[in-house]
Amino acid sequence: MASAKKLLMDPFSDNNPITVQVLGICSALAVTVKVETALVMALALTAVVTLSNFVISLMRNTIPSGIRMIVEMAVISSLVIVADQILKAFLFDISKQLSVFVGLIITNCIVMGRAEAFALQNPPGASALDGLGNGIGYGIVLISVASIREILGFGSWFGIRLLPESYVPNGLALLAPGAFIILGLLIWLQRTITKRVED
Amino acid sequence: MREETKTLTFAAVICVACSLLLSGTAAVLKTRIEANQKYDEQRNILKAFGIKMTDKTAWPREKIEAAFEDNVAEIKTDNGLPLYTWSDDGATKPSKYAFPISGKGLWGNLYGYVAVEADLETIAGITFYKHEETAGLGAEIEKAYFQDQFVGKKLYEAGLPTPFTITKPGMAKGDIEVDGISGATLTSQGVQNLLRKDSAAYADSFKIRREN
Repeated sequence: MASAKKLLMDPFSDNNPITVQVLGICSALAVTVKVETALVMALALTAVVTLSNFVISLMRNTIPSGIRMIVEMAVISSLVIVADQILKAFLFDISKQLSVFVGLIITNCIVMGRAEAFALQNPPGASALDGLGNGIGYGIVLISVASIREILGFGSWFGIRLLPESYVPNGLALLAPGAFIILGLLIWLQRTITKRVED
Repeated sequence: MREETKTLTFAAVICVACSLLLSGTAAVLKTRIEANQKYDEQRNILKAFGIKMTDKTAWPREKIEAAFEDNVAEIKTDNGLPLYTWSDDGATKPSKYAFPISGKGLWGNLYGYVAVEADLETIAGITFYKHEETAGLGAEIEKAYFQDQFVGKKLYEAGLPTPFTITKPGMAKGDIEVDGISGATLTSQGVQNLLRKDSAAYADSFKIRREN
């Protein structure tokens, strides 16, 4: 049994869901135009993956194998709908900007991936911690990409103006291909630092 | 058989638990969500009427809701379409009219409102509040520089809808043309089509209103 610290911290860098496992790329490209939306998306996903890991781990010994995946989907999608409703009720403007992407957490490979790879074999506490760590790892990448995109594309960070009015915004940074390039560069940078190589 | 019963029972329990969770959340949050949606609609109608609310501190939610309450009335046209009227403070006759517009863009439907002045011809403002266009290209239809071009242009002339045109960027002239967005030809085309379609739908009832 890995230590709690390792469970939580591993997905931050060494086993990051986006840059190492290369999961959840779609939303990482879509919701990273601004830091604010990226943060809310990361919080929503963290809440969903933590709770779904916890719930699925609680049921891990009783789930009939024949309907295992359907049960996981039912749990995950219910949690996502709850998260979506909460955003619509309390953070309406941001939920409008996130549009369909909160709903698409249902199909985010990170959530399903953690349920299958971790929650089914481990006790609820460790699973929740693993979910939390992966959510934060996802959030770190999302906010890094969003920071670069918002600064290049709008000249601001978290809505605060950083660059002078005379700065001509870089439209590429706002488009999905721009995000893809930034994400690629981030993965390169991270692997240069951690010396990780694919076998 | 034993195994199958267990599977069915498990599935049933999960279904009931999930539906309880979902209906519970929906019941608790319903009024709040509906209030948010109504507020969003009101804000967009006010925006079409030409009220600039970009400064969020100067325009808190209460002020927007109060402005809507005081100045805007929702009526129906003779053919049953929704029409919003704006009356200045203390005025008895409306000075602006707004109606919803919608139609296809490039990736999905565009939704918005357009407002006309008391002459029921000149555009007072336009807004798009829901679309799925590309950020930085088609999504520019929600930017002020695009929407401001419409103000003062003619949506109707001599009681008939004008052949309103969104031109190539920089080509617009006269009062029934506005510049399209560079790199978003199909979105611009969509705006043109929906304006023509929806202005035609209101033409008859505006004609009656103008004559009275």
